[in-house]
Amino acid sequence: MRKRQINIAVTGLNAIDSPGPGVPVIRALRESKVFDVRIIGLAYESLEPGIYMHDLVDKTYQIPLPASGKENLLNRLAYINGLENIDVIIPNFDAELFNFIKLADVLEQELKIKTFLPTLEQFEARHKVNLEAYGKKHGIKIPKSKTITSYAEITALGDEFTYPVVVKGKFYDASVAYTPEQVVNYFNKISSKWGLPIIIQEFIQGQEVNVTALGDGKGNMIGAVPMRKQYITDKGKAWSGISIDDEKMMDMARNLFKSSQWKGGMELEIIRTDKEEYYLIEINPRFPAWVYLAVGCGQNHPEALVRMALGEEVKPFETYDVGKMFVRYSYDMIVELDEFMKISTLGEL
Amino acid sequence: MKIKKNIALSDTGFVFDPSTGNSFTTNPIGMDIIKLLKEEKNGSEIKEAILHIYETDDVTFEKDYYDFVNMLHKLKITEGNAKETN
Repeated sequence: MRKRQINIAVTGLNAIDSPGPGVPVIRALRESKVFDVRIIGLAYESLEPGIYMHDLVDKTYQIPLPASGKENLLNRLAYINGLENIDVIIPNFDAELFNFIKLADVLEQELKIKTFLPTLEQFEARHKVNLEAYGKKHGIKIPKSKTITSYAEITALGDEFTYPVVVKGKFYDASVAYTPEQVVNYFNKISSKWGLPIIIQEFIQGQEVNVTALGDGKGNMIGAVPMRKQYITDKGKAWSGISIDDEKMMDMARNLFKSSQWKGGMELEIIRTDKEEYYLIEINPRFPAWVYLAVGCGQNHPEALVRMALGEEVKPFETYDVGKMFVRYSYDMIVELDEFMKISTLGEL
Repeated sequence: MKIKKNIALSDTGFVFDPSTGNSFTTNPIGMDIIKLLKEEKNGSEIKEAILHIYETDDVTFEKDYYDFVNMLHKLKITEGNAKETN
């Protein structure tokens, strides 16, 4: 069968120690059985490794940081689209999703660029700050959480929580604090990087298992692969993981998609306790950096997302391989100064 | 006591629990015991089979067998109570 040619723009090219999902998403698309893809990388910084991976990314453009607003982003995307004729954009950062969701209609109507993103309501509802209410609404156990914005609130945490507690940033970062002093320390560290508020969450003892999944926006879970981290970096990222078979967890994910009507990629972070209870600790509103494991297990989620973005009906995956592992590695690329110069000064490579 | 149905055991003694992703290695006698447990043999049937293959006595077998099945139970690759070994 002849593959269809398609131009796909992808963000999240930062394949670093806390990696973005862009490179694995691109690898998945490169292995598509239905698409022959031209990949347009969208980068925020000139040292994102994906920029220089020319076997994966055909052309990269720098885009404005999310904080500069959606108008700047739209202008830049219009310019890039004029040159590249983008069919689909897959944003891969939590922090940029707000702008992309807000622009989704304009992108489709004015630039003919498709996306497949959750609605703003879905995006906001699963936010860490709102997670407890989200759990109640969808019948899922969530650790007790509290949002704080100042030091003054830290002293009183002992009345509501038993230490240790988990201190979380609005978008990224989480650390376990055993004393109020440690909470202060993490409060400073995380808020200086990601801003306020800070989320304090009850610490649940158990095994962390994650699910990479995809919803069609009509209540169907198109695909899902659960994974247990086997090797965790000091940033808490999986350096190695293995696909597992857990029907209870899959039911939980299926019910969540049914009830939330989630549209797009998603990662569920779940703690499974010794008593076989499941606590949802976080929902990431995009594919995780380990999404390529799903491809290895027989479910190409990025390909399915692109098909749905193009308006095709995609049937849910029914199986996946259990016991497939991923092991990440670091790799030094040699880059000519000329390339670094081009992306740094011209914003294109 | 039974071994969970989905536990995979390789010819080289690699034990994999697909529901947790945990994996372990065991020696040949451990493999034999796990295989017998998977076949739902009871404690006395396992004892008979092991004593038939290996040169050991009743007391040594029983001590090591209970240690081993307790460990399997702690590793959560069993169903039921560790004491249900007979």
